[in-house]
Amino acid sequence: MTLLAIDWTLLIEKLVLIAVIITASLVIAMYATYGERKVAAILQDRVGPNRAGPFGLLQPLADGMKLFFKEEIIPNTSNKLLFVLGPCLAMLTAMMTSAVIPWGNEIHFTLFGADRHIPLQIADINIGVLFIFGVVSTGVYGIMIGGWASNNKFSLMAAMRGASQVISYELAMGLSFIALLMLTGSLSMKTIVEQQVHGHWNIIYQPLGFLIFLICAFAECNRAPFDLPEAENELNFGYHQEYSSMKLGFYLFAEYINMFISSVIMATLYFGGYDVPFLNEANLPVNIAALIGVVALLVKAFIFIFIFMWVRWTLPRFRYDQLMNLGWKSLIPLALVNMFITGAVILWRQG
Amino acid sequence: MQPLTKKVKQLERKPMTLLERIYLPSIFKGMAITFSHIFKKVPTIRYPEEKRPFAKVFRGLQVLNRDEEGRERCTACGLCALACPAEAITMEAAERQRGEENLYREEKYAAKYEINMLRCIFCGLCEEACPKDAIYLSETFAPANYKRKGFIYGKEDLLIPDPLTQPEEYEKAKGERAPATH
Amino acid sequence: MSTTAILFWFLSALALLSATMVLISKNPVHSILWLIIVFFAISGHYILLNAQFIAIVNLIVYAGAIMVLFLFVVMLMNLNSDSEPQKNNRLRLAGTIAGGCLMLIMIDVVRSASEVQNATAMVREGNIGLIKTLGKVLFVDYVVPFEITSVLFLSAMIGAVVIGKKD
Repeated sequence: MTLLAIDWTLLIEKLVLIAVIITASLVIAMYATYGERKVAAILQDRVGPNRAGPFGLLQPLADGMKLFFKEEIIPNTSNKLLFVLGPCLAMLTAMMTSAVIPWGNEIHFTLFGADRHIPLQIADINIGVLFIFGVVSTGVYGIMIGGWASNNKFSLMAAMRGASQVISYELAMGLSFIALLMLTGSLSMKTIVEQQVHGHWNIIYQPLGFLIFLICAFAECNRAPFDLPEAENELNFGYHQEYSSMKLGFYLFAEYINMFISSVIMATLYFGGYDVPFLNEANLPVNIAALIGVVALLVKAFIFIFIFMWVRWTLPRFRYDQLMNLGWKSLIPLALVNMFITGAVILWRQG
Repeated sequence: MQPLTKKVKQLERKPMTLLERIYLPSIFKGMAITFSHIFKKVPTIRYPEEKRPFAKVFRGLQVLNRDEEGRERCTACGLCALACPAEAITMEAAERQRGEENLYREEKYAAKYEINMLRCIFCGLCEEACPKDAIYLSETFAPANYKRKGFIYGKEDLLIPDPLTQPEEYEKAKGERAPATH
Repeated sequence: MSTTAILFWFLSALALLSATMVLISKNPVHSILWLIIVFFAISGHYILLNAQFIAIVNLIVYAGAIMVLFLFVVMLMNLNSDSEPQKNNRLRLAGTIAGGCLMLIMIDVVRSASEVQNATAMVREGNIGLIKTLGKVLFVDYVVPFEITSVLFLSAMIGAVVIGKKD
């Protein structure tokens, strides 16, 4: 059997890592819903959820339970298969991006007398950044299919909005990326982080690029002020209007996972990933350094999640033409200029 | 055109400056405003645990009062029903029998006394009309109910507990607004 | 059979099945979704050839952008089998014969092409599809055609803008 030629320990290692990362991102997404409500409350001088458990900490569980026990409604005139496929795709693409993110440096332990060095990254592929792009660009299918299969004009309109928005902002995002990649010279997320650990964080070199990336991340996650696909007051919740029960939960959940993952990506690309500033990890034991790295990355990600929420509860929603103007007429030229300047500076420094 | 009021303010529609067109400064200003709200005091009152004290003049549910010997003060004169602008009060009078002197203060008493809390507007005119200080408005309000029937409060709902046999309950139900006994 | 062979046969079968489904699906939206699966299968083949960059770019450009636009248009036009114009049998027969002839020619051309003869696919070891090699090839060996292509794209873009400007 050639199948046995697979490195079984490696496989088990990776499976455990995948399970841990997926569970962690689900739990974090779950508590992001709680965080969202709490942050909204605090920014609006309210208290927020405080009934379920101490400080309302069990609120996400209660919400989940409620969604599970809701009646599952599939509209008669909808396309049954695609109607179910939509939320699944949204969830799947939301989870897939986490595969190439380096969550920390490697950990080291001895099991059954064998030394194992386990990098805290599911796959260090040499096109990591592009992989994220690929998954994000397919992420729009969840919205489109769900919106179309609902057989509802509002949902369809929202799906169209979502699709055009994601495509438009992907361009500016890619261009701001290219400027970063010219600096790093590598597409692998691990290498990008390593460079930042040894040098300076990329935000110092790419402030404008980061700003563009941040705005595009808001748009890609369909978060306010770019939440046109689910604009409550014009489209009655948009593409997930016909959804109920856990299928709706999947859509809502996917949004929070997307938010978490894009926060992690921003932290990784521009803010040094698992790097702790002014701390030399080499002096510490390997496992403790890895643990500190993971915590540092998560703290950075949580700060970004807070910024996501903070922006949501501050800025009003864009109008559709404003959204398109901002994307095509401001961000893309700005990203191009940023790219040119970066290229020029790199050439000038090379002499 | 002649302006209708003096408050008309002519807006100057000048083209936006570069700083305004970049839009980022105003975004940051807005973000700073929302951020400053994190440190503001939360005015919420967590209801079942905390209760907001009622104002001195608050008029809530009616209470049928007793005198210090525990006798009902109401004599079923009907003045409250007459005074009630919402016509929420109905009553039936009955004559006090021998041996009931410890129950009713006057020779006539209300055998049935109903207030429809859905009609009541809590104006307090019944309290003012009552010559016997038998009814007054307390500091509680009618709790929610599933049926309309539940809002028609009978004598058993309105009557204050007996101060002699149930002194604790009496003190609790008395409230701040109880007329001074005399 | 090695893992690679299993994957290869699986991806090939998936690609062929999905491609067939693109043609025979009644609903154009279903056709597009099947086409997306075809792209995924082809990207899988690229990965087997160790051409990760091409695989992911195939996904980004075709599955991520072009197919979204297709889906966009089809969804907005609300095409379905009811509104499809009826074709008569003679046209169908002619179409089948013409298409079949084209397919035969294509198969023959591919079979007799001298580059393909006696060549074996470099599974998991070729490096032409890696970003570094591909970049060198494009910007050193084929820099003139590459730039000419970009000029072509630019003119196409300007043309699109001109068409869009006209009211």
